Amino acid sequence: MNSPEAVKPVITYDTSPEQYKHWKLACDGAIATLTLNINEDGGIKPGYKLKLNSYDLGVDMELHDALQRVRFEHPEVRTVVVTSGKDRIFCSGANIFMLGLSTHAWKVNFCKFTNETRNGIEDSSRYSGLKFLAACNGTTAGGGYELALACDEILLVDDRSSAVSLPEVPLLGVLPGTGGLTRVIDKRRVRRDHADIFCTLTEGIRSQRAKDWRLIDDYAKPQAFADKVKERATALAAQSDRPAGAKGIALTPLKRSIDEAGYHYETVDVVIDRAARRATLTVKAPAAPVQSAIDQIVAAGAAWWPLQMARELDDAILMLRTNDLDIGTWVLKTTGDAALALGADAALDANRGHWFVRETIGMLRRTLARLDVTSRTLIALIERDSCFAGTMAELLFAADRGYMLSLPDAPTEEGKVTLSKMNFGDYPMVNAQYRLQGRFYNEEGPLAAARAAIGQAQGADAALALGLVTATPDDLDWDEEIRIVLEERASLSPDALTGMEANLRFGPGETMETRVFGRLSAWQNWIFIRPNAVGEAGALKVFGSGNKAKFDWNRV
Amino acid sequence: MSIDYSQKIPNNVNLNDNKTLQRALEHWQPEFVNWWKDMGPDGSQNFDVYLRTAISVDPQGWAHFDYVKMPDYRWGIFLNPAEADRKVNFGAHKGEAAWQEVPGEYRSNLRRLIVTQGDTEPASVEQQRHLGLTCPSLYDMRNLFQVNVEEGRHLWAMVYLLHAYFGRDGREEAEALLERRSGDADNPRILGAFNEKTPDWLSFFMFTYFTDRDGKYQLCSLAESGFDPLARTCKFMLTEEAHHMFVGESGVGRVIQRTCEVMNQLKTDDVAKIRAAGVIDLPTIQRYLNFHFSVTMDLFGADVSSNAATFYTSGLKGRYEETKQDDDHQLTNATYGVLEVNGGNLITVQAPYLNAINEKLRDDYVTDAKGGIERWNKLIQKAGIPFTLSAPHKAFNRKIGPLSAAKISPTGQVVSEGEWTHQHLHWLPSAEDRAFVASLMGRVAEPGKYANWIAAPARGINNQAIDFEYVRFN
Repeated sequence: MNSPEAVKPVITYDTSPEQYKHWKLACDGAIATLTLNINEDGGIKPGYKLKLNSYDLGVDMELHDALQRVRFEHPEVRTVVVTSGKDRIFCSGANIFMLGLSTHAWKVNFCKFTNETRNGIEDSSRYSGLKFLAACNGTTAGGGYELALACDEILLVDDRSSAVSLPEVPLLGVLPGTGGLTRVIDKRRVRRDHADIFCTLTEGIRSQRAKDWRLIDDYAKPQAFADKVKERATALAAQSDRPAGAKGIALTPLKRSIDEAGYHYETVDVVIDRAARRATLTVKAPAAPVQSAIDQIVAAGAAWWPLQMARELDDAILMLRTNDLDIGTWVLKTTGDAALALGADAALDANRGHWFVRETIGMLRRTLARLDVTSRTLIALIERDSCFAGTMAELLFAADRGYMLSLPDAPTEEGKVTLSKMNFGDYPMVNAQYRLQGRFYNEEGPLAAARAAIGQAQGADAALALGLVTATPDDLDWDEEIRIVLEERASLSPDALTGMEANLRFGPGETMETRVFGRLSAWQNWIFIRPNAVGEAGALKVFGSGNKAKFDWNRV
Repeated sequence: MSIDYSQKIPNNVNLNDNKTLQRALEHWQPEFVNWWKDMGPDGSQNFDVYLRTAISVDPQGWAHFDYVKMPDYRWGIFLNPAEADRKVNFGAHKGEAAWQEVPGEYRSNLRRLIVTQGDTEPASVEQQRHLGLTCPSLYDMRNLFQVNVEEGRHLWAMVYLLHAYFGRDGREEAEALLERRSGDADNPRILGAFNEKTPDWLSFFMFTYFTDRDGKYQLCSLAESGFDPLARTCKFMLTEEAHHMFVGESGVGRVIQRTCEVMNQLKTDDVAKIRAAGVIDLPTIQRYLNFHFSVTMDLFGADVSSNAATFYTSGLKGRYEETKQDDDHQLTNATYGVLEVNGGNLITVQAPYLNAINEKLRDDYVTDAKGGIERWNKLIQKAGIPFTLSAPHKAFNRKIGPLSAAKISPTGQVVSEGEWTHQHLHWLPSAEDRAFVASLMGRVAEPGKYANWIAAPARGINNQAIDFEYVRFN
């Protein structure tokens, strides 16, 4: 039993369809409908009402969960229709009063998670054939339109009043920061002068002009809307290869305990050293050979090690990000038998055509991508009992630095790094490059050398020669070197580190996602701390008060 | 292979049990000996020299005398005994327990301090390596070698810290300490003064009096460090440093004494006559003094320094006798006077004390350095000669910091470029002065014999006679 004080109140991401306050998930054959009907009084924090289908982190946690349910529990679903349960309003975006009350860090973490969830929608469309239709049956504003933008198609009701809009700039003095600006141009290819008008128009744009400007794909009168939705959902479903009649697996609740030391799962353990502002995440290889025949794999379901590990790691990342802002360094460790970890990779590879394995690879891909965009220093440590093999080695390649213990007098006792085929393309980062590709700037020499090493356990010298690790202190130096590295890192400005790491982790080549996490988020986060947004007379502060924002007119 | 490290390398750091250190030293020690053979005292490798070796830190052990060939000298590693419950005594961490390992946050600054200090030690050996060829006596030759081996030991002390506490970076820095060369344009020693030549014995005595005294003050302020191993290392080094300053003070004193004897014999203060008699005239001694004093002033660093402030606030480098200073030892709002040239005058302005830490150390040094000058003046007075040596103004002949932009006389007057050009030969040794001093340098290497330009010492080393055979040439 833990003392009450030791366990501070933590925010968890645990939920399930029976507990949803804001969403309803209904599956009907190949079509699932996700209906947003936000409970005004169901905010995750006190102090604001979620009026007009406006959301906060809690609403997005449910969306994230619902997407996971569709991916794993409903493999028969090919199209997800996202719509509203409210009259004349689809969604009005993030709740402004919530934003006004939130700390800067909360806003940033919230935006990052919503960005990841929207990227996840597109990820499932791209890799898993799960299509999304935004059925905008009312006003679609700000974050509501950004949610629609993440879908494959946008249908807007033509009721002479409902419009799509991104009113953040004129109304709030901030940006549509959850991908809005980026997707309007990158994804929807709205001409930039049209986009410029659209993004400064509080009332938004309706029907034919919205379609002409590519802001929506189509529109329909209220009476025809349901039929149109059905028609488009069915058409989208026809593009999908998700299996009709397959039976899903149950996403059982995570087995997690929280205590003063940290967060503990079966395959992942998080130990927090609060004084050192450091967390050690240890990922454990499978304890026994993973199921490799597809019927056994499906029967194992959520307990199949690759999925269990991905879910637990994903949760650990979210828990640390949300609850432990000052834990600035994450030490990434692994333990276990490399043969078993590589066995899991072999099972993933051999069965990648099956929907469940495909979804599991997707879950691993999104989880690792979450690590890449985490604003914490990531240091991987490879020690005697480490297991950086195949998929588990992605943790090393996600890290800002990787230190490997060398044992010149006992090289057989060294921990090893072993590559598998899964390290060469299955887990792209948000810049669409896999980690080794990004690490070596897509240069053929080092990539070919790494590829040639697939399946061979690399000791410290070999791993260093292949460029897989940063440095290889030996057993005499190890403790001091690592202590100093971690202490020195912990003394640096957290803001500067966040900026530096985000810049160095993603090399040449931009994608829509990197532009969302980089350009859009960085500008938004700057605007979020400027007096013109959050000063006493800032636009975000005075919104809804009847007072007019007072700006410092100097351009910066 | 089993080596008894305590025999080979006298130490009180448990070298026999410290594998990290053994490994580092196994690699470094042969490189050090190679460096010594290349850059240590010229032509001296086979001499038996009557040297002091520290074999422990207790009073019986730190000064063990015997004949030894310098390449076989047992350079050891000694720290003063630990002080129980020592605290960080200044800066932002004041009151916290002193650090027994390097705080990661300060790794780079601490390494820089240690490397800068360490670099001066082999540098001075390099600067002095030819002096043995022109020694005025066996006694002086032995003193030179004693200073040299102890500078070598001080290098070991800093290398120990690098090896024991800074991992691979530290080992690389330790190697670089053997790779830089005093006066090498491509690979110079870190501090300017340590790239100057020490061409003659008057320069050597001045160097050991003035420049080694800077070393003393640097060591004293590092001995206050919150990083306890550094503090303890520096405390022990100070016991040895005292001998170097003794060599300087007594050396200059013996030169003065001899000059005064000759002046009284000839009953003259005519420089030409004094020089013709083969001794160094007092004005030349004053100019050498001015030069070495001013070069040493620069070693304390810029008058207003953000580095010094950082080192202090971080608890890495304190003031001289930090714990005896009557203030809060954090100095957040305190000020300290620094010099500035304003409208043709040298004035004192108040700077934030934290930024003026270098200046405070420089001032403490000046007070101390003036003491020896007064003792030299007593020798002159005793000889009845109306001449007074004096320390130049601390702003005189500065090459770094804002004062380097001005021309300032030894008495502290701001002078024009023209006046400097006209006067500086009266203030600093000229090429002619140096040539004259060099002309006196010839080797005297018979027991009990002393060169004409220097008096014999009052007593020998370790109670030996002044005609003791301090060096055997074999």
